[in-house]
Amino acid sequence: MATMPANEDFAPWDDPSARALITFRNVTKRFGRFTAIDAIDLAIYEREFFALLGPSGCGKTTLMRMLAGFETPTEGAIELAGRDIVPVPPNRREVNMMFQSYALFPHLSVWDNIAFGLRRSAMGRADIAARVEEMLRLTRLEPFARRKPHQISGGQRQRVALARSLAKAPKLLLLDEPLGALDKKLRQETQFELMDIQEKTGTTFVIVTHDQEEAMTVASRVAVMDHGRIVQVDTPARIYESPNSVYVADFIGDVNIIEGTAGASSDGPNLAVHWAEGQQALTGPARTPLAGGQRCALAIRPEKIAISGDRPGGMHNVVQGKVLDIAYLGNVSTYHVELPTGHVLKAQTANTRRIARRSHTWDDTVWLSWSDTASVVLPV
Amino acid sequence: MRRFGWFNATSLTLGLAFLYLPMVILIVYSFNESKLVTVWAGFSTKWYGELFRNEAFLDAAWVTLKVAVVSSTIATVLGTMAAQVLVRAGRFPGRTLFSGMIYAPLVMPEVITGLSLLLLFIAIGLDRGVFTIILAHTTFSMCYVSVVVSARLATFDRSLEEAALDLGCTPFDAFRSVTLPVIAPAVIAGWLLAFTLSLDDLVIASFAAGPASTTLPIKIWSSIRLGVSPEINALSTILIGVVSAGVISASLISKRAMVLRAREERQAEQG
Ligand SMILES: Nc1ncnc2c1ncn2[C@@H]1O[C@H](COP(=O)(O)OP(=O)(O)OP(=O)(O)O)[C@@H](O)[C@H]1O
Ligand SMILES: [Mg+2]
Repeated sequence: MATMPANEDFAPWDDPSARALITFRNVTKRFGRFTAIDAIDLAIYEREFFALLGPSGCGKTTLMRMLAGFETPTEGAIELAGRDIVPVPPNRREVNMMFQSYALFPHLSVWDNIAFGLRRSAMGRADIAARVEEMLRLTRLEPFARRKPHQISGGQRQRVALARSLAKAPKLLLLDEPLGALDKKLRQETQFELMDIQEKTGTTFVIVTHDQEEAMTVASRVAVMDHGRIVQVDTPARIYESPNSVYVADFIGDVNIIEGTAGASSDGPNLAVHWAEGQQALTGPARTPLAGGQRCALAIRPEKIAISGDRPGGMHNVVQGKVLDIAYLGNVSTYHVELPTGHVLKAQTANTRRIARRSHTWDDTVWLSWSDTASVVLPV
Repeated sequence: MRRFGWFNATSLTLGLAFLYLPMVILIVYSFNESKLVTVWAGFSTKWYGELFRNEAFLDAAWVTLKVAVVSSTIATVLGTMAAQVLVRAGRFPGRTLFSGMIYAPLVMPEVITGLSLLLLFIAIGLDRGVFTIILAHTTFSMCYVSVVVSARLATFDRSLEEAALDLGCTPFDAFRSVTLPVIAPAVIAGWLLAFTLSLDDLVIASFAAGPASTTLPIKIWSSIRLGVSPEINALSTILIGVVSAGVISASLISKRAMVLRAREERQAEQG
């Protein structure tokens, strides 16, 4: 699922001497008595492709709007390239935003919508025309250039909004769910297009998305938000492989959560988790040090669980159960396996054979197993 | 008509007759050959000819037109600005008072508005004439414009303005190049409304007018005290024509804009 960002050496967040492009210092935003953003500290570096992920209403748009200048933080400071931008009005910020609602100008054609920002810069007429044509080509809107926004489809409108925000090639580009209305194929193409633009122009992107796969594909780092707080900021791979909480593990991708108590001692980085009476303890690396007897949860991804008819040897983490359900998803199948303890675990296997030759079927007794390092033990 | 039933048909006829019979009679008699207003002596347009040779009437018509154009234009600018503040500024101390003060002239008896303006003009030593009529008309028609425009602004998508700011517009530029074109139908409808209100106002104008500046309604009012002449009928017919053209186009413009907007919204939903 997670593909690595294009440039693996790019990691300014690990470099203590790197200067951040955007810094949020203890930023809080309240609407009346409702706290939409709760004491956020965040650094976003130049040339990053930074994704904001979180459930609806967690404050993603509010965070963006503070960067664009439409909301003022109730507390804290926001810096862009070392300069406090809170008092700077939106039209003086080198920041462009693509609105979640698109906000296309209804009285202007697609062409004029895209040219709108350019006309307010020092650019000459011929350059503007060339730039607009380039944007139209990029977003495949050439046939619709003369139409008004109400004469094109929802996906086309979304692409106009994207083209309009890209046109000025700003230092920082804020995209609020830029690809949600596009079909999967066009979405993937546009994602690669965006990454390409980013490579070429060095623009910093902050993107809101509801699609984790998208965040995983395009982002250099992902911030997972919950109720106005940032729960974890990390590279997509680390967010996926090593979430810092059950919330993050559960939010990104599919996961099995097995609750239990931590064993007294650990051998190496691994910790034993006692999860059910009379069952052998499960082991996995602990994300944070846990005291013996403390409540914890073992998180294991379905694709890391192997499923077999016979008991596999040499594994610590082995459980037996009965196939409850099989979901066929084309390239993979997900087996829902019920354990004698009542837990239901999901295990995923790649479909390398035809379905008719499937080796396990409903009500079969099967063994599930995974290696010591496949899971992660999290505090609850 | 049949599906109305006799009761509804009668009500409709009576109601319409009640509303429009006086005007119909006036229009019919403006084409009367006879000098006697109440005796029909055949069709003629001669009173219209007479009318256009009457200097006093033409002067009054010119004053009225000037006043209407200037006052409705100023009222549209001020009313639109007031609407913008009312709808956009959110909550500020005294907002309720401000909106109340904007809308109060709608319900204020005209006599009182007129009288208070007259007192003001006298107090500051302003000579009454075309200028004072313009001031007075601007004052009372501005609130009508503001009502029409703020109704439109209330449904205007705020993020359009934000997008304009984001793309480098100053707030004024954003208003001029995005908000104004989008709400233009409401602004034009407001202007037409102010224009027609100014055209047929008698009460406030008679307080604000001076001896040298007479508007048509004042002229008509003062001349019928000497007896109704067919010329007045002709003049009134023209006025009725102009006013109804104004009102009808104002409502057509806002209706058409509404239909268009509904269609756009429907299309937007369907995606
Ligand atoms: N102007 C406002 N006044 C009051 N509350 C607001 C305002 N703007 C946002 N909120 C609240 O702040 C919270 C965060 O809103 P925000 O728009 O940032 O959510 P989001 O993460 O973008 O959600 P979604 O994914 O649905 O777009 C929501 O609960 C919302 O109701
Ligand atoms: Mg949002």
